Amino acid sequence: MYRLEPRKEISYLLLYLTPVFAIVLTILAGLVLFTLIGKPPLQAISIIFFEPLGDLYAVSEMLVKATPLILIAIGLSFGFRAGVWNIGAEGQFVAGAIAGGSVALGLYEVEGFWVLPLMCLAGILGGMAWAAIPAFLRTRFNANEILVSLMLTYVAILILSLLVHGPLMDPDGMNFPESRIFHDAAVVPILIEGTRAHVGFLAALVAVAAAWFVLSRHIFGFQTKVMGSSPRAARFGGFIENKIIWKCLMLSGGLAGLAGLIETAGPVGQLVPSLPVGYGFTAIIVVFLGRLNPVGILLAGFVMALTYIGGETAQIELNLPKAVTGVFQGMFLFFLLGIDVFTKYRLRHIKPSKTVAGE
Amino acid sequence: MTKLLKLFTGCLAVLVLMAGVAKAEPTKVGFVYVGPTGDHGWTYEHDQGRLAVEKAFGDKVKTTYVENVSEGPDAERVIQQLARSGHDIIFTTSFGYMNPTLKVAKRFPKVKFEHATGFKRADNVSTYSARFYEGRHVIGLIAGKMTKSNVVGYIASFPIPEVVRGINAAYLAAKNVNPAVKFKVIWVSTWLDPGKEADAAKALIDQGADVLMQHTDSPAAIKIAEEKGIVAFGQASNMKSFGPTAQLTSIIDNWGPYYIDRVQAVMDGTWESKDTWDGIAPGMVGILEFSDRIPADVRKMAGDARDAIVAGTLHPFTGPINKQDGSLWLAAGETADDGTLAGMNFYVEGVEGSLPN
Repeated sequence: MYRLEPRKEISYLLLYLTPVFAIVLTILAGLVLFTLIGKPPLQAISIIFFEPLGDLYAVSEMLVKATPLILIAIGLSFGFRAGVWNIGAEGQFVAGAIAGGSVALGLYEVEGFWVLPLMCLAGILGGMAWAAIPAFLRTRFNANEILVSLMLTYVAILILSLLVHGPLMDPDGMNFPESRIFHDAAVVPILIEGTRAHVGFLAALVAVAAAWFVLSRHIFGFQTKVMGSSPRAARFGGFIENKIIWKCLMLSGGLAGLAGLIETAGPVGQLVPSLPVGYGFTAIIVVFLGRLNPVGILLAGFVMALTYIGGETAQIELNLPKAVTGVFQGMFLFFLLGIDVFTKYRLRHIKPSKTVAGE
Repeated sequence: MTKLLKLFTGCLAVLVLMAGVAKAEPTKVGFVYVGPTGDHGWTYEHDQGRLAVEKAFGDKVKTTYVENVSEGPDAERVIQQLARSGHDIIFTTSFGYMNPTLKVAKRFPKVKFEHATGFKRADNVSTYSARFYEGRHVIGLIAGKMTKSNVVGYIASFPIPEVVRGINAAYLAAKNVNPAVKFKVIWVSTWLDPGKEADAAKALIDQGADVLMQHTDSPAAIKIAEEKGIVAFGQASNMKSFGPTAQLTSIIDNWGPYYIDRVQAVMDGTWESKDTWDGIAPGMVGILEFSDRIPADVRKMAGDARDAIVAGTLHPFTGPINKQDGSLWLAAGETADDGTLAGMNFYVEGVEGSLPN
């Protein structure tokens, strides 16, 4: 008989190595998977995980894809530490895109250095406003923020669809539901000439640095940690739970909104109904893959982005089905959570005692 | 000096050799699909076109496709990746790829791009589409004759000219043979979502429709029609296996010949940017054999209409036709010009409801 026994001391080294193990196991499982479906396994793995790192273009595309993931994940990590489960970052992402995009369209062809910052501000406020609903319902009526934020995602996507079918539709767009293409002053500048990598990535880096600072030096970081590990202790310590909930949701909503605006005004350049492609949900995996740690999230964002780019290349070069990307992302989370069990617990073999056998 | 000359000729020889080798390289053809190749509709037929290219050129071509590419932020990266990986010509097969295609085309002036159903072109971007409205005319006639409840249900995707044109063409034809006919349109705002399409089909049937038409990609609606014992038309492809008795006929998209033609042009170096809009006569639009469920006289009428379109004696948009608001669009005997058709953003008189905007 085997039994899981809690480890008395959790090894920090092990804790930080878990994501690495998860990646290794995912790759091994991938090898088996590709062998089973009759594709060259080593080549497939190298296309998905290593080839994209080979040239500047692919790296720049990785930055593009990782930017929203990192921004959203950084915001979510505070709440997840404190036990505030904002699952609706996707909706806040869309709300930010709507708010910021509306500013761009309202100021169509208005030149000025202030247009883009104003859009960013609107994006952040849009995301915050959307996150304020679950925050209010949780703190006032104790409504479950997981459900409320998740459901609001669909509302936000429908509002986006409504707007691009109506007031924000491109007047010269032959009735196709998408907005005008933003003018030059309303577009996020390119970071590396000749690629799509944009200045938004710097915003993600700033967010990582700021999060690191807050977690290690600021009282708010401490509060979230205490509240997550021991809500009772937090109350004894005089922390006001509702305040922390509000702060967590505002932070994650604001960053998700900013990510939405940056995606809209960056690589897309217009409001389209198909803007949300699941960054808000994938970011949840990024948070856990990154161990709730800002630097970990940065790296995890890159790994996740890599699976998207690699999945497409694999489709182009090996005719692999698109589902491969989803399978790999799912395996990451699965192995991560699986190994997590063993960092916190140990497996003990227990010999059935003789008296039991004799009875 | 002679040494230099030798080196120079040597280099030249290598260059010529390399050019020779380069010529032997297969022409790389890329396709970007909005749905899965197994959608049994729009994407499936584009993929049949791709296979036709492979069959026609054998190892002189290498084709690649990427499926399920959303019309959002990922489209540009996929198109760019195809352009970067040495594809000579890239077909982007959904309306929403228009802006991403143009953006990538600007960065890769030597790669040829072909965008389906769009209206923006560039020196290296062609557009192509089919005159599906000709097919809509034929199935509209059949629908008008087949409906008992005088309600035809129509599942529409996006209110772009191509879709609006289809509704108008089908309605005018149906109205011609059955003045009491009414069209009910449901907009699902997606090209492919079997769940939504099925829901729309059920809603239309609940509203009294006994004939279904669709401008979406999956066979979901025809499956519902089969279950409920009513009739429907296949879209883009033969959907008979999903509605063996329900499917009356189907408008078939036949992209193969066009794709072969354009790939040949790239090989010959004669490719240039143009707009192609072909109908039944050149074979880009096909009408599947009529089901026996259609009475013989109706079959004959529909067949005659098809033949007349091919012969050029029948234009589905021939006046007198008023717009929905009652204002005159085409005087008696006048036919619609391509410009108006290409930008059609109004219903004709008699169609109920308003375009979503």
